[in-house]
Amino acid sequence: MATKAQSRMTPLKLFSYAFVAVWLIIAAFPFFWTFWGSFKVQADFLSKADWMNALTGTNTIEQTGSAFTGAGYYGAWVLEDFWFNFRNTGIVVFFTVVISLTFGTLGGYALARSGFRYAFWILMAALVFRAMPHITLVSGYLLPFFEWNVWGILPTTIIVLVAINQPFTLWMLHSFFKNIPKDMDESAMVDGCTRFQAFWHVIVPVMWPGVITTGLFSFLLAYNDFAVTAMLLSEENETIIPAINSFMGTTQVEGKIMYAVAAVVSTTAPLFVLILFFQRQIVSGLTAGAVKG
Amino acid sequence: MKHRTFFWFILPTLSAMILFIALPIVSVFIQSLFVAHEQVLVVSESCGPFGCTPTTSVDLEATAKLQEERPLGQFNGLGTYTNRSHLAFAEVGEAWASSASMGEFFSKVYNLPFYSALTFTLAYTAIVTPLVLVLGMAIAVGVNNLPNMLKGLAIFISLLPFLVTPLVGSLILFWMVDSDGVIGATIQNIFNDPTLSLKASTALTWIMLMFYGVWHTLPFSFITFYAGLQTVPEDTMEAAQIDGATKWQRMIHVIVPHLAPLVSFVTLMMIMDNFRVFEPIVSFKAEAHAQSLSWIIYNDLRESGNPLYGSAGATSLITIILVVILMTPVLIRTWRDFTRKSH
Repeated sequence: MATKAQSRMTPLKLFSYAFVAVWLIIAAFPFFWTFWGSFKVQADFLSKADWMNALTGTNTIEQTGSAFTGAGYYGAWVLEDFWFNFRNTGIVVFFTVVISLTFGTLGGYALARSGFRYAFWILMAALVFRAMPHITLVSGYLLPFFEWNVWGILPTTIIVLVAINQPFTLWMLHSFFKNIPKDMDESAMVDGCTRFQAFWHVIVPVMWPGVITTGLFSFLLAYNDFAVTAMLLSEENETIIPAINSFMGTTQVEGKIMYAVAAVVSTTAPLFVLILFFQRQIVSGLTAGAVKG
Repeated sequence: MKHRTFFWFILPTLSAMILFIALPIVSVFIQSLFVAHEQVLVVSESCGPFGCTPTTSVDLEATAKLQEERPLGQFNGLGTYTNRSHLAFAEVGEAWASSASMGEFFSKVYNLPFYSALTFTLAYTAIVTPLVLVLGMAIAVGVNNLPNMLKGLAIFISLLPFLVTPLVGSLILFWMVDSDGVIGATIQNIFNDPTLSLKASTALTWIMLMFYGVWHTLPFSFITFYAGLQTVPEDTMEAAQIDGATKWQRMIHVIVPHLAPLVSFVTLMMIMDNFRVFEPIVSFKAEAHAQSLSWIIYNDLRESGNPLYGSAGATSLITIILVVILMTPVLIRTWRDFTRKSH
């Protein structure tokens, strides 16, 4: 019911609109600026003389004859083989998501259907594991991995990312399965199914929304990770995030900073698409643990 | 559910967590008890026409052999924990004894690498977390008043800074605050000081990193509070309005208490995430002015050619203990909830 008093413009309301507007500009402007600037030359993107150059592209016109140039993208993708890092990221992300969801659904289902005390302790341990900075574990991996000769390759990193991802996956799927009524699988078991058959034929078909949401967050973890991938992958197997960091080390000197800018924009693009299609699932995933309090 | 079935269902995830989280913690602890071998030195006399001079050189073969035999290094006990780069008991005691004032004591302690990183990590957590809570709440209320079409857009825009990789997100801001970038150059123009750089002073670096932290995590608290606002009971609000409560009073007495459980949830998540602050320091190249616990672990492991596993292990273990201490209130509360439910 929108009364007159609610729709009137009060100073408080005006202030809160202004506040939201300022936030949205702060949130969006850096991305817009970097995206626009990625089509310019360095003299424009980092212009001491006049920041308007980055918008109009004065030096870009001078150097390339057009206001926009794909030189940064060409440099990153073709000359620096950035596509190779993208491929590695694709492999890592795909397997991390698939394996963590398989492990997580089984474990989350068991935790949701069991009232044992040790189920609670597993959840508590998962909470502590979730809180630990990832980098604290890395030094524990390095020596054994060197010893077994499995350092630097993608499968090792995938397994580590799956493990690091499990606490969060367990928590999300566990609270999701709690919302699926117990009667569903129990009645299947009364009809003679084993526990696994009940899970497979009754629960799996209805669990997809929760799995998709959890999968999105597993995707983000694997896609965004720097601490683990930077330390556990050799240079030829690097994924995009450590690759961008090593770009920064080598290209700053050679004035190839635009390669890094183009790489950064390329890295952000998939996230943009992800938000476009899955905004609802992401928001419900973020708030899943919260709203129940 | 039978114990046996439970066991088989939980087996994959549990073994993943034990093998790659719990055991690595043990491995980190063991590593932290050792330090690298000292190099084996050999003294040889080289004799020339003007007599003999003793020269000391590293016996590479013997050093490599020692390394081969005991790859962990030599046993050092808890020595790494108490040395100068970590808890530095001797140095702190020395500083306590020799300082005339508290200020002097703290500045001496702050110069020790571990305490400097700890100070930054705690300051970052303590400043970013409340800012994110308050601003997130304010934006959630603001967006809630917007027309429906704009709400979706506001959420869409807000999600990007949150989901973007921290390393990439901070790089984007790093280029803007560069002294040649749009913000950096504008600030120089405003203050008319061409040498002014956000990266050159400790205070400005801290502000920059914390600004990034707020920018990056604000969307999470905003979205959570926004979702909470959708569940505020309509009739309570109307009743308050009929009783003559102003907008502000309704906010303080109805909405804020309704969102209280969310506040503790967001606080917990924010403390976890802010405590691991790491990537922005790499992106902003801020290590000269701000180091976090995660960053010094990374730096030890990155030590060119000769990673300091023992030192990284000690810092890692101290960090894990600190995280558990920070989380104890939550763990205790969850434990109480659990026991209450099961009775």
